[in-house]
Amino acid sequence: MSDALLTVSGVVAGYRRDLPILHGISLEVHRGELVTIVGPNGAGKSTLIKAIAGLVPISEGRVELDGTDITSLATHKMGSASVAYVPQTDNVFTTLTIDENLRLGAAALPRSLAKDRIAQAYKRFPALRDHRDRKARVLSGGQRQLLAFARSLLTEPALLMLDEPSAGLSPAAVSEVFGHLTDLSKDGITILMVEQNVKAALAISDRTYVFAEGENRIDGPSGVLADDPDMKAIYFGGTKRSTHAASAG
Amino acid sequence: MLQALADGILTGAIIALGAIGLTLTMGILRFANFAHAELITWGAYMALAAVSLLGPLGGPIGPFSFGLPLILGTIAAMALTSVLALAIDGLVFRQLRGTSNHLTLVFASFGVSLLVRMLILLIFGGAATYYSNTLQIAIPVAPGLRLMPDQLFALGLAAVLVVALYLFLQHTRLGLSMRALAENPDLTRVNGVSTARVIRWTWIIGASLAAVAGVLYGLTVQLRPEVGFHLILPLFAAAILGGVGNIPGAVIGGMIVGLAESFAVFILPPGYKMAVPFLILLAVLYVRPTGLFAGTAGAAK
Repeated sequence: MSDALLTVSGVVAGYRRDLPILHGISLEVHRGELVTIVGPNGAGKSTLIKAIAGLVPISEGRVELDGTDITSLATHKMGSASVAYVPQTDNVFTTLTIDENLRLGAAALPRSLAKDRIAQAYKRFPALRDHRDRKARVLSGGQRQLLAFARSLLTEPALLMLDEPSAGLSPAAVSEVFGHLTDLSKDGITILMVEQNVKAALAISDRTYVFAEGENRIDGPSGVLADDPDMKAIYFGGTKRSTHAASAG
Repeated sequence: MLQALADGILTGAIIALGAIGLTLTMGILRFANFAHAELITWGAYMALAAVSLLGPLGGPIGPFSFGLPLILGTIAAMALTSVLALAIDGLVFRQLRGTSNHLTLVFASFGVSLLVRMLILLIFGGAATYYSNTLQIAIPVAPGLRLMPDQLFALGLAAVLVVALYLFLQHTRLGLSMRALAENPDLTRVNGVSTARVIRWTWIIGASLAAVAGVLYGLTVQLRPEVGFHLILPLFAAAILGGVGNIPGAVIGGMIVGLAESFAVFILPPGYKMAVPFLILLAVLYVRPTGLFAGTAGAAK
């Protein structure tokens, strides 16, 4: 694939070197795509995103962003490498105000640029501006997710990685959050996300990877995968198979 | 009564300065550093060393017992105490962080505190000493209240430093990063903040305030190698009372402990004064283990 923004090849990773959770994951995310990773609990979905973000050590394999090797880049330098990551839980600073959360997200930028970007963020997410001087702990789950998006977009990353943005949200909040994701994707932001909410994720993403037991088993356009019988097999027991339901792209 | 109030506030201010550094490092590095109190002793003695070197620079200023040498000596003590704190972190705590559990770090800090105290004893001897032999006359401030000019200076300086630190934490990028780190280290890293740099500054700020606390103690009480040892309990009581990681909480906690110690002499024999912070600590852990102000102010965890 010539237009790959993120290339993950043969990644083996885990919190402990002797206990890998990922056993050789490979995937590609192309510029402008919204790609989802789904799979049963313990499949290694979140671990992959954390490994790309530098929070879980990678023992084998390679991660490239736009042709640059970022496999062992320190987490705090990911921002300058244009990768943003929104964790599943605790993804806002609840003891800081909303404005302070955004200022922290923009701390690596020059001051005037930081100010402009924060103003842009408030324009995109007006609900945040209304509460800007309140502590983030007063926000609802959906609003926290939006604050986390807003904060990670301040550095205008090439790639936005989200870990289960719908986790713990009410159905109404899920559709609001996913609506914003669709908008971000339309604006050309490349997104790689992990989701448990398979139906909703397939509905908004371009392509989907299915993980099981630390390997990627199936991938293909989300529309095709939604009707794939192998999806169900993976979800109810995960028999070992490496057939690709459809070739990528 | 008024005199006890003033004495309590003065003791409280010194405890508060020490407790701020303790609460910051506890909140950010997540372990109870028993060596923090020794930074206070170290700071006090570094200033003493500087004063004996810089003595010829000038005599007492105005009504105070000290002059330019102690002012410069305090600045030198802040720098030298920061160096000691960074050295301890680099040689001991950083080696253990991440690979060991919290208890290992706590016991390591016990070892470090013994080492520092013995080092001071070895260099400066065990006798109590003073920065200056100038005698001060207490001035009447209000009916029934007499204070020495040095005590007023100590109160003023402590107040200025607390306000400056609060403004720093609220309005600078580094201060914001420190508050963020105290809440969530991984998320702070994800936001592009170098946590190693923030931790370095946390030590420098905590150690500098400890050094000032040491100088103010030496100035208003006396210098002894066991100054820090006697302050450990009040410091922890103040930090835990205020909620770990909470700066305004540590200041108020320090004041409560200082005032309690000072007023305790009305109901307890003076020999029991040392037990007061311990009783406060027990009471807080029993009733509100997260501190009085947890989740309400500042950088509460």
